[in-house]
Order: sequence, then structure tokens, then C-alpha cells
Amino acid sequence: MAILIDQNTKVIVQGFTGQIGTFHAEDMMKYGTNIVGGVTPGKGGTTHLGKPVFNTVEDAVEATGAEASICFVPPPFAADSLMEAADARLKYCVAIPDGIPSHDMIRVKRYMKRFRKEEKMILTGPNCAGTISPGKAMLGIMPGHIYKEGNVGVVGRSGTLGYEAADQMRDLGIGVSTSVGIGGDPINGSSFRDMFELFEQDDETDVVLMIGEIGGPQEAEAAKFAKENMKKPIIGYIAGLTAPKGRRMGHAGAIISAFGESAAEKVEILEECGVTVSPSPSDIGDTVAKVLAKL
Amino acid sequence: MEIHEYQAKELLNDFGVLTPSGGLAYSPEQAVYRAKEIGGDKWVVKAQIHSGARGKAGGIKVCSNDDEIWNAADELLGKKLITHQTGPQGKVVHRLYVEAGTDIQREIYLGIVLDRAEERVAVVASGEGGMEIEEIAREKPESIIRVSVEPAVGMQPYQARQIAFKLGLEKGQISQMVTTILGCYRAMRDLDGTMVEINPLVLTGDGRVLALDAKMSFDDNALFRRPNIAELRDKSQEDPREMRASDRGLSYVGLDGNIGCIINGAGLAMASLDMIKHAGGEPANFLDIGGGASPERVAKAFNLVLEDEKVETMLVNIFAGINRCDWVAEGVVQAVKSIDLKIPLVVRLSGTNVEKGKQILADSGLDIIMADTLREAANKAVDAWKKHTGK
Repeated sequence: MAILIDQNTKVIVQGFTGQIGTFHAEDMMKYGTNIVGGVTPGKGGTTHLGKPVFNTVEDAVEATGAEASICFVPPPFAADSLMEAADARLKYCVAIPDGIPSHDMIRVKRYMKRFRKEEKMILTGPNCAGTISPGKAMLGIMPGHIYKEGNVGVVGRSGTLGYEAADQMRDLGIGVSTSVGIGGDPINGSSFRDMFELFEQDDETDVVLMIGEIGGPQEAEAAKFAKENMKKPIIGYIAGLTAPKGRRMGHAGAIISAFGESAAEKVEILEECGVTVSPSPSDIGDTVAKVLAKL
Repeated sequence: MEIHEYQAKELLNDFGVLTPSGGLAYSPEQAVYRAKEIGGDKWVVKAQIHSGARGKAGGIKVCSNDDEIWNAADELLGKKLITHQTGPQGKVVHRLYVEAGTDIQREIYLGIVLDRAEERVAVVASGEGGMEIEEIAREKPESIIRVSVEPAVGMQPYQARQIAFKLGLEKGQISQMVTTILGCYRAMRDLDGTMVEINPLVLTGDGRVLALDAKMSFDDNALFRRPNIAELRDKSQEDPREMRASDRGLSYVGLDGNIGCIINGAGLAMASLDMIKHAGGEPANFLDIGGGASPERVAKAFNLVLEDEKVETMLVNIFAGINRCDWVAEGVVQAVKSIDLKIPLVVRLSGTNVEKGKQILADSGLDIIMADTLREAANKAVDAWKKHTGK
């Protein structure tokens, strides 16, 4: 069933009635996402886009049976909303905002550890374009039409580079089971490795594409995990070959501050772990096609 | 955001971290006056720039009389210091910190960092102070002591004691060291720091623990709730173009090449620079114009990139999601018309409303080189640059 979301997943929108929340909620509903309501504190009891609005996530879950949320709450208040979502026992939450303080994310991650594994929410993002299971549901801000249904699981840090990859694959007739954005921040909800674990167990995913970038240890950690624990082939690309050390390249997390965090070093680690690395960002589609042809 | 040494020391003093007495100076006369205020017979005149390794670049001068202080200050003020952290363009000294000379017995490294693998704060120490941490990690990795802080309760005194004892400190210095380590940790946590570095932290001849240097960085995303930190920003230490970009909500990093770039999304921007390199060219900049690429924003981005005189060709690569290609195309046309562009321009549009966008570019009558794919865009930009410059 793809991972994380499908057409049956009941979704609420946190920050539902704001301008951005409204715009993207409409877009997601058009795509077929089963949006059952939203949360805006103080607007409970009203209706927005034909769906009920609640004051708290807890109320929304009780009334609608919601299982997942997408959060558009502004960065200064977003961490609070993410903890609220976790406490309401949602299964999945996508955090879109760009600009959540790192110390807030550390608190969110620590808070989520208090829940038993079976009750623990999966969080992806923040600072991401969201998650899409093509043809089924979209929890994000991406242009849904560029994603074709298929058997490639995609996980990446960047929004637009993910679109680029999806577009290259679609031109070659290759589709996606689920595409997950884990976001460009230094402390994020889920890592590449977390998504690898889900894709390995998913019947509709045959290969996994990892779109990484400079900074942080997560790409290398995921590649090592894949080498030891996964049967499905991994294709990788690391953006930022030309990035100078110590400079932040747009994303808060895209900065080379330690050994092993540059693009060249990451590519080397990926290759050692048996990942098929795309030689350039224009070869991502072709590289996936070659790996698929060998299955 | 980065701040100066003297600012970091003032902040850390409030958290119980001790530093040598010192004062700020903007002129040689003021430097001499500060030394008189401090007293003693040995002083250090320190250039305040946003960079480490100032000593090697000649930015730190030990003086023992008024004339030496006056001359050191006169030489340093207005001077451009080049360290391996500033890049070849260097940073200009506008402020000096005059500090009492310290009788150093031992130098220790202390760093508080955001540990991305553990997703929490980590405290790093080493008895090999004075060297940079990268150097210590390479040459004396066994000397590094690392403690991870549980975010729910914060750093505990026993963890600071562990570090102090592992550093082999004497009895009278343990509690001072614990105060210093906990103070640095609390400053990092309470002020939304991303890094606190004391290198060196010194043990003095009379048994005190003093922070001789101090470096702090802060989370830009948290400045909204730290107005007292935000006002410490010193724009003179920032690259003027990067500063203007960030003031306009654009994310810009200057590079050494000659193909100017305007791209939406940080990942696609990095990938596009990689592709230019693959095609045999050199990018002049990283520029992410972000989600809402309105015509005004595109025009601002053009102006910003073209301020760099090295730019001899422009590449625009937009993959429109929330953006629409027709909207971006209108922005490009308006910008090019208003600035009278004299260098080749390659535009690649993809995503929402791509056909409409291409039509607008084609109908504009402007000399725009169109590309359908990322590869084609990079190749065409490099070819156009070669043709334009004859290189």
C-alpha cells in the first residue's frame, strides 16, 4: 500500500484556516487526499472548505478519527503543534514550516520518545515539501501531476530537486510508490534510515532512491543500514559538489562542518555500501532505470 | 548568526564564566585608555573579526607599554585580516578588544555543539587546547572527551565533573571548571546557540579558570525570540552581497566562477551548480529565490547576481510547484527589460504551466536561450559563456 499514506488515510490540517493552509488544503483535496477537518485554536465549531474546524488536535481526532496531519503552523509555534499532534496519538505528521529553531526540534524529538513504539507518531520534515503516494494521496505542497504511480520509493531532503527527479523518471515511464521529503533542517523528524526501514517492508516498492545533500551524517548512516539490512537496491545522489566548506547552502542543515559531510565524501561512503550513485543530477532518472532493468 | 569575541565574553560572564578583564576600543587613544583602566603591566590587543585563527593572521598583539598598545591598535584598525576561515577576501577590523595579559599554565579546549547524529547538545573537551578542534581530532583523537546532554533535564553537574576530572584538574580547580562548563552549556541552551567554543580555556598561575577566547554562533531561526542577541549583529563582518540578499529574503552564497545562477529551492540550486561544473563551467553563486517567485523577486535576484562583476552568463532554472512558470517567465522578461542585460541568458522552466511560460519568453522578443532539461541548461550556459568570452 505504499508507505505512510494512501487514499483511505484520514487527514487533518493544522493551521487549516490560514492563507497557506487553505491554499494547500484545497490542492490536496483536489488530488484526492481524504481531508476530514482541521485545527485552528479559537475557530472550533466553524466550517472551512466544507470541513469541520476544531480548537485542538485531540478534539479533531475524537470527532473524525483522524490518523494523520499536515502542519502549516508558523515556525515560532510549530514545535508546540507537533507535540500536540504526537500527544493526540496521530500515526503520522508532515511538518512543512521552514524556520523552526533547532532547540525546539530537539525538544520535539525528545518528547516523542515518551510514547511506546506502537503509539509513537512518525514525523517527517520540517522544512520539506511533504509526502505523496501518487494516485492515492498527497500530504504536501508539491505539484502532484509530475508524479507517476510506480514502484520506486523516493526519500529526499529537497523539494524542488525531488520534483526534478520525479520528472526525469516520469519522462522514462518510471513511477513512484511514495515520495517522502525529510526536509533540509539539521534536526528532523525522520532520517533517511527511518524511511529505508519502511520502504524495505513495502510490497509496492522495488527500489529506493535517496536524494541527499551536503551536511550531517544521515546519508552515510542510511547507506550502512541498507548494506546490512536491506534486500532492495538503493540509488543515491548527493547535491552540493561545488559547495565550499563552512558555508550554509540555503537549507539550515546544508553546511559542511565535519569530516564525511561533503558531497565527495558522502558519495564515497555510499558507493562502499553498494549504493548505485547517479553521476550527476541529470542522470538520476537514467540511473534508476538501469537499476530497475536489472531486477 | 556569529558575534564577536568581546560580545560572547559579555554574554558568558552573565552565566558565571570568568574572563580576563578587558574593554572595547575604536581608536589607538581609546586602546591606551582601556589598558590604563585595566591596570597591570601586560596587555593583549585583539582584533575583533568574525573568524577564528586570528593569532596566525597577526590579529593579536601582546604589549607591555602605552606606545606598543598605540602602535598595535593603529596597525590593526582598518586592516584586512585573512584567515583560513575568512576566505581570500578577508575581514576588516573595526573594533579592538584590549585585555589584561594572562599567566597561562595550561590550555584546554571546550566546545558545546549541536550533535546532529544524536539530535541533542554535546559537550566536547580536550587537554590539547590552543589547537583547532579539527587538528586535535586528527592528531590527538584520544584526548577528546565527549558528553551528551539529555534534553529533558539538561546538563547535570556530575557530567561537568566527569569532564573536569578526566582533564586531570587539581582539587581547587574542579568546581571552577564545573561552573564554567555548566555556564557555557546554559548560555547555549538559553540563548538558542548553535555553538559555543572556548579555545583556549586556560588555567592561570594563580589557579583560576579563565576563558581566554570565546566564540558563539546562534540559530538564525530563533532570533525572533532573542532580540538582545539579534542586536549584536555586525553587518560590517558579512559579505555585502549576502547581506543584501538575506535582507531581501533571498539565500545567496558568492562563489568564484562566472556563470550567475537564479534557482528555486536549495537542493535544486546545489544540483544546478553541480551540473554547471559537470558541463565544464564554474558557477558564480548559489541563489535560492524560494517559493514565491514573483516578478519583483526575480528582478531583485537578477540585480543581486549582476552586482558580481565576474558574472559573464546567466542561468535561470525554475521547477515550478507552487510557483507557476508563466509567473516566473513574466518576472524574467520584466527584469531583463529593466536592466538591459548585455550577457547571454539561459532559462530552463519546468513544472506547473510550463508551456505558457515558454510562450511568454518566446513572445518577448528578447534574446533568451531556452532549455528543456537541467543538462541542456547547464550545457547551453557553458557554451554561451565560451562564445561570449572567447574562452
